[in-house]
Amino acid sequence: MNSRTQEAMAGGRLSAPMRHRIEVMTRAVAGIGGGYVLSSLCAAALALFLPLARAESVITGTLASFVIYTCAVMWAFAARSAAWAWGGLAAPAVPLAIALWLRLGGAS
Amino acid sequence: MKDGFRQSMAWLHTWSGLLVGWVLFMVFLAGTSAYFRDEISFWMKPELHAVARAAATSQPLAASAAVNFLQAKAASSPRWTVDLPSSREPALRASWAGPPAPRASGAPGASPPQRRGRQESATLDPTTGERMETPRQTRGGDFFYRLHFDLHYMPARWGRWIVGVCAMFMLVAIVSGVVTHKRIFKDFFTFRPKKGQRSWLDAHNATAVLALPYHLMITYTGLVTLMFMYMPWGPEVVYKGDQRTYISEVFPSSNAAGNAPRSTAPAPLRPVAEMAQAASRAWDSAPIARMVVSNPNTAGATVTFHRHDTGSLSSIQAAMVFDGATGALLSHFGDDLPAASQTRGVLYGLHLGRFSAPLVRWLFFLSGLAGSVMVATGLLLWAVKERQKFAKALAKGGRIGFGLRLVDGLNITAVAGLPLAMAVFFWANRLIPAGLAGRADLEIGVFFGAWALCASAGLALPTRRMWQLQIGIAGALLALVPMLNPLTGGAGLWTSMAPGLWRVAGFDSSCLMIGAALLVAARTIGVRKPAGARKRVQIDAGRSAATHGASKETEGLLTSPDSLSAAKVPR
Repeated sequence: MNSRTQEAMAGGRLSAPMRHRIEVMTRAVAGIGGGYVLSSLCAAALALFLPLARAESVITGTLASFVIYTCAVMWAFAARSAAWAWGGLAAPAVPLAIALWLRLGGAS
Repeated sequence: MKDGFRQSMAWLHTWSGLLVGWVLFMVFLAGTSAYFRDEISFWMKPELHAVARAAATSQPLAASAAVNFLQAKAASSPRWTVDLPSSREPALRASWAGPPAPRASGAPGASPPQRRGRQESATLDPTTGERMETPRQTRGGDFFYRLHFDLHYMPARWGRWIVGVCAMFMLVAIVSGVVTHKRIFKDFFTFRPKKGQRSWLDAHNATAVLALPYHLMITYTGLVTLMFMYMPWGPEVVYKGDQRTYISEVFPSSNAAGNAPRSTAPAPLRPVAEMAQAASRAWDSAPIARMVVSNPNTAGATVTFHRHDTGSLSSIQAAMVFDGATGALLSHFGDDLPAASQTRGVLYGLHLGRFSAPLVRWLFFLSGLAGSVMVATGLLLWAVKERQKFAKALAKGGRIGFGLRLVDGLNITAVAGLPLAMAVFFWANRLIPAGLAGRADLEIGVFFGAWALCASAGLALPTRRMWQLQIGIAGALLALVPMLNPLTGGAGLWTSMAPGLWRVAGFDSSCLMIGAALLVAARTIGVRKPAGARKRVQIDAGRSAATHGASKETEGLLTSPDSLSAAKVPR
């Protein structure tokens, strides 16, 4: 973070281009990082919970995960605000993570 | 982003496209050439041109001819692999492994290929089983095939991750590009030539929309080919690190050869022609692609036949395993795959495009070229648009910004430099002496040397003249390939037109046509006078100064094209 940013933040208000840049950064992290986490969770959950043969579920989950990833990235940049972007990704990710954790014996 | 869904998608489309465009252009062009990698490899071995018209023979006979050769040459090898002649590849190829390397080989499909014992191979006459003239050493079309997902000068795993990230960006760019378009159908019929930026946008739209199903398919299926590397979490949670079970369940073809340890007591090998006939009969007389004999001349020998992939979309092909000592059918696989496996096989097969009749393969090739043009025009569009911001500065004799200069240089490197380097690769194949040791690596070195030269020149002087120069040289080199070919031992166009050498004729005439197109392009770059364009750029720049920020500008560009219409330009 450069001094200009710090100054601006100290003032409580950011300049428009700087706000734009931070906005983009936040959304990029949400889309790329958060999107990958969400699609990984979906791949794992589909692989575990689909009522198919094991290999079939694994393949289906992994095939679907790339579609989910694409949608997640687009969501991250389409959402009303960066907070919405993160929230929209977390909403499905958290229950999936809990379900996976319970199933994989995280309680033990 | 705050300005509505379509605008934010336009922004996403621009930036996700620009960041990875140069790698994508290479992936597209090299990958497109890989549809014809067998043909390119064949062209690059001119020693085979003259003898390629060997009489067609039945596959079972060719199989036993190969076995006769291998019995004499490598009776104690642990594995023989025989590629049987087919309508697309008339040659009979036999390869055999030397003694196995001390390290056990890893799981197929999941990990990058490991080093085995020294592999040797020979091209045989399909009727007599005699060795044909040894062709020169070259990677041929396989070099471009590997380049398009492994890159080069780095571990294959890194290359695959880089290409995978770019492919993911591409998928986002395509889907957001579709969303951006209000008038996707109308845009396809819109082309306004000689209008600078508008023309680039129209060309970008036309090539994108024309082959849109292809672009979407090839990007997604490309990710699917390596999906378990990019997204290993499904197998991870289901199999919990049990590689052996995972491989045998998810990649059942790896079981076809049978992993159980088998007897090594000596025993004669049964005639393979009978087994080949039995396999082909079971597949409704579909052709066989490959025969693999494991542990020949032992009681534990197995003979595996893999069905040819013509006429079937899936990349997962049926296989049959026979006992080499008794001739009994041991197992068969792949006739009836469950739905998801079959889906993956078809997606994979669609990416490879090996299933198809020549017409469909040409359509894939043209779609791939359209994809390359789409990426190239997208990159140029960014630069043309960005240049307008500097119009005032340029008019006062100032300079353009570093970012634009870099993009200009990289555009030249990718769009003009790569075709040039590919042409140089073909020339190097013919000009490096055929018998030289290490010539295959030298060819690759020359390719990258030429490309590096284009890159340094392009980055140092990213000008219109540089575009013209590099595209012109690339065009001339490619257009002269049909001359080079007969002069350096290959079959010239006039002889290769005869049946049986269409592969050579096709390569020569494709090079001629692509070369001619590049020469026309180079000429066009030269005759366009920048005076009128400069005037117009100023006007546009004045207008865009009213808006602020690159994103805003690009939104305007992609969402309301008419706002930038050239109508206001004084003629």
